Amino acid sequence: MNPSLFSPEGLAGLIFLILIAVTMFGAVVATCSKRLIRSVTGLAICFVGVAGLYYFLNSPFVAMMQLLIYVGAVCVTLAFAIMLAEPNEAKVARKITGLSGGLAALCGGAMAYALGYAAVHGEWMAAATKINDGSVKTIGVNLLTQYSMVFELVSIVLLVAIIGSLVLARQGRDEE
Amino acid sequence: MLMLSSQLNTYLVIGAILFGFGVFGLVRRPSLIGMLIAAELVLCGASINFMAFSHFLAPDPTTGQIITLFIMAIAAAEAAIAMSIVIAVYRNYKSIETEDLVELNG
Repeated sequence: MNPSLFSPEGLAGLIFLILIAVTMFGAVVATCSKRLIRSVTGLAICFVGVAGLYYFLNSPFVAMMQLLIYVGAVCVTLAFAIMLAEPNEAKVARKITGLSGGLAALCGGAMAYALGYAAVHGEWMAAATKINDGSVKTIGVNLLTQYSMVFELVSIVLLVAIIGSLVLARQGRDEE
Repeated sequence: MLMLSSQLNTYLVIGAILFGFGVFGLVRRPSLIGMLIAAELVLCGASINFMAFSHFLAPDPTTGQIITLFIMAIAAAEAAIAMSIVIAVYRNYKSIETEDLVELNG
């Protein structure tokens, strides 16, 4: 059952373990670092690991989109926000008592434990027979047939987001 | 240990841990951008769950991938909106720390 480390399956398993480690390391850096620019870097590392996990789930297209959208766009946007607003978390962190960090850890840990417990001990339905192979071609066909309404709605949401963020960021500029 | 990648539970537990990290960050972070970063982690954990179920259990493996693509689009829109809100708040308050934004505190 257990493949040797140097067979192709063993190497794939090793790469999977490394990806999990990268994801968890990125999540720890993203939530626990003192300076915000470091936590954006941690978020990017975490997303690279998650893109690798998507690759293991037989969907290279979503992995590529994860790299393009999350690492390429969202993290850069966050980095710009940090550069423009220059938050000073160290100043606030001193005012917060030691209890709140423990309570936050308790909150997050309890939620993660509950979800993980439900995932491991839950009875999932038996795997259904696949009706297609989940390739990029079938994703494209489904996006334009079964999910075309949602596809159009998401484009409207993105358009509204662009216009709304322009309006919000522009307000107050004329007075100066 | 080396066969973890072919089990559904592995992905579900990873998603749960990422969700927990996100909640932890949301509660702990004292600034708006830190909370936004944690919210992205929560969305990421949800996406992993969708992808895992669609790969292992669902009859149509494209469903989860398409939903994950929609989650990505929503997350990108959210990041853009939140960034402009952060900038507008910073312009008015000269600060984006949650302690200073208490005008609606009642």
